[in-house]
Amino acid sequence: MNRFAELLDRLVLTPSRNGKLTLLTDYFRSVEDPDRGLALAAITGDLNIAAVKPAMLRALVVERMDPVLFGYSYDYVGDLAETVSLVWPQPQGHIANRVPTLAEVVGKLQTASRSDGPKVLARLLDDASISARFAIIKLVTGGLRIGVSARLAKQALADLGQVDVAEIEELWHGLTPPYTELFAWLEGRAEKPKSAALALFRPVMLANAVDDGDLAKLDPADYAAEWKWDGIRVQAVCEGGVRRLYSRTGDDVSGAFPDLAAAMHFEAALDGELLVGDPREATGTFSDLQKRLNRKSVSPKIQQQYPAFMRCYDALQINGDDLRALPFGERRKRLEAFVSTLDPSRFDLSPFVTFSDWETLEKLRAAPPHPIIEGVMLKRWDSPYLAGRPKGPWFKWKRDPHTIDAVLMYAQRGHGKRSSFYSDYTFGVWSGPEGAEELVPVGKAYFGFTDEELKEIDKYVRDNTIERFGPVRSVRADRKNGLVLEVAFEGLNRSTRHKSGVAMRFPRISRLRWDKPSAEADRIETLQTMLDR
Amino acid sequence: MRASDLLKSRPEGLYCPPGDFFIDPVRPVERALITHGHSDHARAGHRSVLATQETLDIMGLRYGEDFAGTTQAAALGQTVDVNGVAVTFHPAGHVLGSAQIAVEHRGMRIVASGDYKRHKDATCLPFEPIRCDVFITEATFGLPVFRHPPDHEEIARVLKSAAQFPERSHLIGAYALGKAQRVMRLLRDAGYDRPIYIHGALAKLSEYYQSQGIDLGKLEPGTVESGAKADFTGAIVVGPPSAFADRWARRFPDPISCFASGWMRIRQRAKQGGVELPLIISDHADWDELTATIKETGAQEIWVTHGREEALVRWCELEGIAAKPLHLVGYEDEGD
Repeated sequence: MNRFAELLDRLVLTPSRNGKLTLLTDYFRSVEDPDRGLALAAITGDLNIAAVKPAMLRALVVERMDPVLFGYSYDYVGDLAETVSLVWPQPQGHIANRVPTLAEVVGKLQTASRSDGPKVLARLLDDASISARFAIIKLVTGGLRIGVSARLAKQALADLGQVDVAEIEELWHGLTPPYTELFAWLEGRAEKPKSAALALFRPVMLANAVDDGDLAKLDPADYAAEWKWDGIRVQAVCEGGVRRLYSRTGDDVSGAFPDLAAAMHFEAALDGELLVGDPREATGTFSDLQKRLNRKSVSPKIQQQYPAFMRCYDALQINGDDLRALPFGERRKRLEAFVSTLDPSRFDLSPFVTFSDWETLEKLRAAPPHPIIEGVMLKRWDSPYLAGRPKGPWFKWKRDPHTIDAVLMYAQRGHGKRSSFYSDYTFGVWSGPEGAEELVPVGKAYFGFTDEELKEIDKYVRDNTIERFGPVRSVRADRKNGLVLEVAFEGLNRSTRHKSGVAMRFPRISRLRWDKPSAEADRIETLQTMLDR
Repeated sequence: MRASDLLKSRPEGLYCPPGDFFIDPVRPVERALITHGHSDHARAGHRSVLATQETLDIMGLRYGEDFAGTTQAAALGQTVDVNGVAVTFHPAGHVLGSAQIAVEHRGMRIVASGDYKRHKDATCLPFEPIRCDVFITEATFGLPVFRHPPDHEEIARVLKSAAQFPERSHLIGAYALGKAQRVMRLLRDAGYDRPIYIHGALAKLSEYYQSQGIDLGKLEPGTVESGAKADFTGAIVVGPPSAFADRWARRFPDPISCFASGWMRIRQRAKQGGVELPLIISDHADWDELTATIKETGAQEIWVTHGREEALVRWCELEGIAAKPLHLVGYEDEGD
């Protein structure tokens, strides 16, 4: 238990991806079964433990200590799980014989009945150290929130076994905690597990971005072009009555899109883009799609207002035939025939963009017919469906990013290599009437510049600091002074959370405009017109 | 004699009217008794200073030899008469030279403990509980959430991380007096025998600790002249926390920032400070030490100062011990 607790503590505070991977692989390597598999399940969200409500937790602790002292403590710490883990009084004279293992803790929590659940939890907390108590409370209150995605955990497994992460993703849904056979295979002690489970995820084929000069070397006749839809890449799989909708990383997202899942009456595995609207009439914008994202439950009203549908790109399997080795042109023909048999309000085909030369395609790409299109895709007619991101068969050619000129307002220190640099920048644009302009923050970016530029900005920040709050510095920025940053971004959403009313997607610093006076940076109205388009 | 006639709070600090002296005054005064060398307790410019020899030495190192008009060294456990008031210094376990000051007059004994801890520390003498009528306790970590773990476990986490990330350097932020030397000593006790690189701000004090027989092993300056970036691969570097936000820290390869402090108990504090590896090592008493110490002194009355007074006062009420916050201004938590 203590090793798991220590792992969580480290992961929470380790910002770098590589650092997290090292911590995870070391943990999987050094901890035995079944603890490591249960830890893995806790991280990927595959561990089933009956949830304990915060109110219950609070009731347990104030039975054991003065409520006033608990109140002071909670006010100071601010997080219930952490406060309880710290103040939990060890019973007088009680010393656990030994620290329980993660498997023992999970076993007790899983077998506890609803009525004796709180008592079981209290006993476990009595026996645990502070860090372990925190980990136990996290397990029972749901959601570790340690900044590790299921995808990253699978990458750590891939690193452990020196295999491709796609192999793990393909196996994943056929496996259950504590994943003993998976670890045995990764450690070279057993064959790769064979899965008998139905409707498994197939690793997705991804495209490379078009680089300068790439197209000159390619023959347009070898490639089909499609619009690149800016929804969610999904894989719809139905097999023997089991229906699953997967994200491109293999997470099961069926629960978030029950309307689409209900329309999946077929035996196939299809690759496509999840969008909202009615494909026969109108495709929704990204803002519409956002209404369906990150929700715990989807009300019937929202489902009706923003129905989900799938725009199909490819067919991996139809009626039991694996099509992945066939050329794209052949798969596409099968896909066309197959999609015509499906519910037209839920499934349609991604249309081809016809072109004869790159110049024509370039013009189409620059002026796409719908706001949710973010560029074009190029697919070689003869390409098989390969897992991962092979170089050559598929390209994505994105629309050029939007740019604005903004003024640096705040800078925050980075982490790791950048811990002594101010490397995270909040920038703003002008708003308000002439003569009384004010900067309003519109976004934050922490990359896009070179190491050399980072040093220059860092120096600028240090020389122009007007206030400090912990790791953040407020930088001089008014009509006469200020550093103008050219910021590139992919799109703009309305936001009620930001004072400016807009939120940028994927912002990054594209150029430093040392030459540009701060007063000439963009105004908020420029962004607002982009929103309305 | 009433306790409040023997010691009372004044803007300059804690004042003893019959003895006409201050304890840890924050402004220059005629006569000062000083518990330990942290700069918020030990200030320069008093006419005369009574403190342990180590505290006087530390003040000399920090402020220069002429930091006070006259100085007098107090031997631990030996009573000194100051204008008819009996004054005795006892070890406080906080940093090298730190002392509690017992003040006794006409049958009333008050112990001003300064800053203290009960956790063992190889760089200073352990705290001695002194029976008294009134005990003045600090409350830096006066909340039940502060429970300091054994320090060797914390140091073991640094060494484990150093083994996990051999290509990176570990930068340990620790205050220059006391904490830094304790961390170095703990590293040595854990078997770490490579040179420890230190920031210039630690040099004089660390050298002083070594001269007092506290072995810190081989210390090297963490400066550019001493080597290129690659030379610090896998190194453990100790410096004041402020230095790690500074350009100074850039010479180290992909550093993991560690911070040795009791505040690191709270995750959000670590997160806000950009600390990747928090080390909960404190020179102040935690909640359990504070409450145990209050009981051990047998005092009928507790005065609580600098920190979270309200929780400790509440605890005393629950235990049936009279307690009140003693509002003294000007103390920060330099020692942690």
